Amino acid sequence: MSTSTMSRTRPDAPLKPPAKRRRVPVGALGSSLAVNGLLILGCAYMVLPVVWLFFAATKNTTDLYGTAAYALGEPAFLENVTAVLNQDGGVFLRWMANSMFYAAFGAILGGLISVMAGYAFDKFQFRGKDSFFGMVLVGVLIPNTATVLPMYLLASVVGVTNTIWAILIPVLCNPFGVYLARVYSASYVPAETLEAARVDGAGPIRSFFSLGLPMMLPGYITIALFQFVGVWNNFMLPLVMLQDQQLQPVSVGLSMWQGFSIPQPEFTPMVITGSLLSIIPLLLAFIMLQRFWKSGLTAGSVK
Amino acid sequence: MLTQAPKKPSAASPKAGRPRHAMSGTGGRTAALFLTPFFTIFALAMVAPVIYAMVLSFFAQQKSGLGFGEAKTAFVGLENYLQAMQSDSFVSGIGRLVLYCVLYIPCMVGGALAFALLLDAAAARARKLFQLMVFLPHAVPGVIAALIWAYLYTPGVSPIVSVLETGGISLNFLDNQMVLPSIVNIAVWEWTGYNVIVLFTALQAVPREILEASRVDGAGEIRAAISIKLPLILPAVSVIMLFTVIGTLQLFTEPSIISKATASVTSTWVPNMWAYDAAFNRHNLNQAAAASIIIALMAAVLSWTVTRFSSRNKA
Repeated sequence: MSTSTMSRTRPDAPLKPPAKRRRVPVGALGSSLAVNGLLILGCAYMVLPVVWLFFAATKNTTDLYGTAAYALGEPAFLENVTAVLNQDGGVFLRWMANSMFYAAFGAILGGLISVMAGYAFDKFQFRGKDSFFGMVLVGVLIPNTATVLPMYLLASVVGVTNTIWAILIPVLCNPFGVYLARVYSASYVPAETLEAARVDGAGPIRSFFSLGLPMMLPGYITIALFQFVGVWNNFMLPLVMLQDQQLQPVSVGLSMWQGFSIPQPEFTPMVITGSLLSIIPLLLAFIMLQRFWKSGLTAGSVK
Repeated sequence: MLTQAPKKPSAASPKAGRPRHAMSGTGGRTAALFLTPFFTIFALAMVAPVIYAMVLSFFAQQKSGLGFGEAKTAFVGLENYLQAMQSDSFVSGIGRLVLYCVLYIPCMVGGALAFALLLDAAAARARKLFQLMVFLPHAVPGVIAALIWAYLYTPGVSPIVSVLETGGISLNFLDNQMVLPSIVNIAVWEWTGYNVIVLFTALQAVPREILEASRVDGAGEIRAAISIKLPLILPAVSVIMLFTVIGTLQLFTEPSIISKATASVTSTWVPNMWAYDAAFNRHNLNQAAAASIIIALMAAVLSWTVTRFSSRNKA
């Protein structure tokens, strides 16, 4: 461990201005107050932009520009929601459904594919195992956006651009999920259990689906959750692949509305309200599945 | 770090009760059965596109004579790469990306570290709530985060701008100088909380006896944080650094959204946007392919460097 790293990441090094200047004062009495005060400041920085979105979604165009940011204007929330839902014959709901479908498909099927591969890397011995796993790690390290245009170029030769396949195939690919699954398989599935199953005459596929997979279920859910969020957040891939509005996910749709809102300000409340509606499913998923994303972070980075 | 970790599980749990001949025969066949779906997708979604892009990047559409008639595909070698590297917009895009890294990585990693250490020192009851709040931005997709901040930077709508104006400061977050730090701030907002949780989890694993011993020896909270906790969680910090560096090369969503709100962000502002622009506005697919390959190569070199650096650091 070198001193240069320490000084670079020292907590009281000068940081960015908003809510980021943290110094722990010496003195036991003040310290607990200071710790909590700084944590509250940091949390305010994290939470206030989302709170702003809630307030802004209750305002019509005039109030948005006319009233204080964290004040309620003429309550226009329901009007905004109606406007969002009715625009272009309800295309917003279509976008939400598309996002949900792409993300769920990637999460459930892509997650299963990753879990199977990770399980195989952990439990089976075969020739070339290290080089195959090396390929997986290279896959983890290549940034997503660097492969999006190449994928588009290939997809346009094959003729699958502007179809759901251009999204559904790439979202199944999750090298990081394979890495996680290998860690989970090692810690959740004891070799003795599989050995007992083998003695009882169960084949490897049977014992995966009836023993391995159920034992790895928490890991599978974690991988699926991360994949769900990844696909839901993906912007460049659908932007590049899909021209048909009816196929687009909500991220691309909202950015298109944002483009409209520059010449036509009446789109602004719709962009804001649409943004709010689109994050509600994810917020709920995160709050309900806390246990799983925490374990995913631990397995991915600390082990 | 990454290359060492996976070895651990296989060493901890020896061969999963496979028969002895598993090494060559049935083990390989069964493994193939489990691995085929993943590697098929991997080949389709990563290997084939990259290879095809490499091939494309060595060709160009050339119009004969006066530029009328059919364009012909000709092999041009490294011409597309040279053109990209000589193009002012591409090079300044790389420059911006470097500047972005220089601002973003210390702010985000430093912020996450500070926050995690504070969280570790906080009362147990408050921790859960703080963790949930700090993770909130990660549940907000990049596009939506960029949209929210785009409004928070826009005078007239933004509470930040109006507070600053009351204080007599007029700051345009979206002008030429400020737009890069403004985009850095969006990324800091999106990613700090995620990494706080990672680091906090690592801190939880620091043996309490060591901290107790240091307290007996008279070390204060700050001293303990800097000379005991920090060195012990350095492996987690280096993993975060690796993923952060790879992440910065992905920069596309935030500037694309912000580019609609201000003219300071051009359509070729960062390399990814340059490649997108080459494909969809300049209709030069070969150059787009070359740019994508350059970005992938930069990622490879960077992640190799970070891995080397962090493994030496640990030794």
